[in-house]
Amino acid sequence: MRRALGGAAPWLSALLVSASLPRLLPDWLGFLLTVALAKALVVLGVAVLLRSNLVSFGHGLYFATGAYAVAFAARWLHLREAVLLILVTLLVSGALAAVLGLFLARYRGIFFGMLTLAFSMILYSLLLKLYSLTGGTDGMVIAPPTILGLSPGAQATRAYYYLTLVCLALALIGTRRWLGSPVGFLANAIRDNEIRVEYMGASVRRGIYRTYLLSGLLGGLGGCLVAFTVGHIAPEFSYWTQSGDFVFVTVLGGYASVFAPVVGSVVFELVRNYAYALSPYTWQMSLGVILLFIILFLPRGLWSLLETFRVVSSPWTSSSKR
Amino acid sequence: MDVVLEAVGLAKSFGAVKAADDLSVKVHAGQIVGIVGPNGSGKTTFLNLVTGYVSPARGRIYYLGQDITGLHPRQVTRLGVARSFQIPQLYTSLTVQENMLLALAIRSGHEGDVWLPLETPSRLDEARPLLEKFGFGDETGLAVSTLPEGGRKLLDVALSFALGPRLLLLDEPTSGVSVADKFRVMDTLIAVIRESGVTSVFVEHDMDVVQRYAERVLVFSEGKIIADDPPRALFADPVVRRYILGEE
Repeated sequence: MRRALGGAAPWLSALLVSASLPRLLPDWLGFLLTVALAKALVVLGVAVLLRSNLVSFGHGLYFATGAYAVAFAARWLHLREAVLLILVTLLVSGALAAVLGLFLARYRGIFFGMLTLAFSMILYSLLLKLYSLTGGTDGMVIAPPTILGLSPGAQATRAYYYLTLVCLALALIGTRRWLGSPVGFLANAIRDNEIRVEYMGASVRRGIYRTYLLSGLLGGLGGCLVAFTVGHIAPEFSYWTQSGDFVFVTVLGGYASVFAPVVGSVVFELVRNYAYALSPYTWQMSLGVILLFIILFLPRGLWSLLETFRVVSSPWTSSSKR
Repeated sequence: MDVVLEAVGLAKSFGAVKAADDLSVKVHAGQIVGIVGPNGSGKTTFLNLVTGYVSPARGRIYYLGQDITGLHPRQVTRLGVARSFQIPQLYTSLTVQENMLLALAIRSGHEGDVWLPLETPSRLDEARPLLEKFGFGDETGLAVSTLPEGGRKLLDVALSFALGPRLLLLDEPTSGVSVADKFRVMDTLIAVIRESGVTSVFVEHDMDVVQRYAERVLVFSEGKIIADDPPRALFADPVVRRYILGEE
């Protein structure tokens, strides 16, 4: 029982703090936080793949797919309801991952990375060139969707923040369960020893395929929520620098816990914001220096700081302590 | 007696090395068979052929009468042939218990579960006594990377055993284990194997181990079986003694 409470307490406190934030923070910061939390979903997608030692250099693919699925569902299906749009997004990004996964699950290491990058750049060029459909570099504008039939109106920032928070919480709970399930452990097992996995009678390819599917769904959901919040999407969502950011944040946060990507994503958005304000021309350098420090001194990401100080008293994911 | 494993005319070469040269053998149910022979005589290749890790250039392999030649290791394992490895093949970032739970989950076809936890009470109930049999009492929560070599060897076999095989293939279960530990490791293994009655084939370098534990010994040389006898008869043969033990 104590253990169960110990497991729930950090979740509850995290939820309470994040739920009260919009009242405490200025609007611009609330907006920044919403984007950070939405992108944390994409980062979580990169992180679950990393548990099998697979680095996706093209997760912008799903980020953009999620965002453009919202735009086209609004245009073609005349959907204005956020919940329905989210479902459409999950369907589209899930279908895409289901098809590409068949192919990608055969590859490892640099080949996997380069192929994911290639797919994301193919989408980028399509979004760029199919001007009559996608608006090319102009991107597409997304009218603020209703949430369960209610129009957010002037409270849009706050409303989408809560929507994002709920989606993120559900995704974190789901992903955490996934990581504690046989499929989640199989992902670790695949990283440790593929030969043994096959000699136990399990399919490595199927294990990677399932993980990739989850990863694509998370990426799509992240893109969808950013589209709601920002209201404007562009082909850059699928550009390689965007995918690079997601990998950067994964390294920054770490991937020992499902919360690590959230911490990484929030820190990244804040640092980028302030770095840009302080030095508009050299802000990338600040990020580079930070990444260097992380790799040198915190190779398991910012999250390992928390673990070091034993703020965490219970296993977030059952294999996070090692 | 049922024939569990039958190899007929297996051939496999690696460059100029003949690892299997018209190799034929039958293993009957419940036997504990030892394989000995010098380096490069095709002992491990035999295990690799049976489990589908390499395909024979010629010949067929039958398991319980079914032709399994050319099947993938995963398929062979699913049919009930499990193997352990000379260098233990474990999930080093997981704990001893997690390794075992995963093996049990895979055996019962639950490796695709995404919502139910790996650690279910029924799976734990099965894992604990199994681990105890192999000598893992209190250290089941330890990461595998902290185990000594003898422990790794035992866990490697325990994982294969957990798959509930009809045929268990062990590749040098005592290599890398200290002299002090090797009989303890083998005593544990053989006790479990005898109790379960699983048909076993083990490759071994150590003649003391073979003499003590095998019921039947196959002597490999250049991909051929040059002797196939109970250990007592075999080690009494002066030719074999000279060939295997290097006696003058």
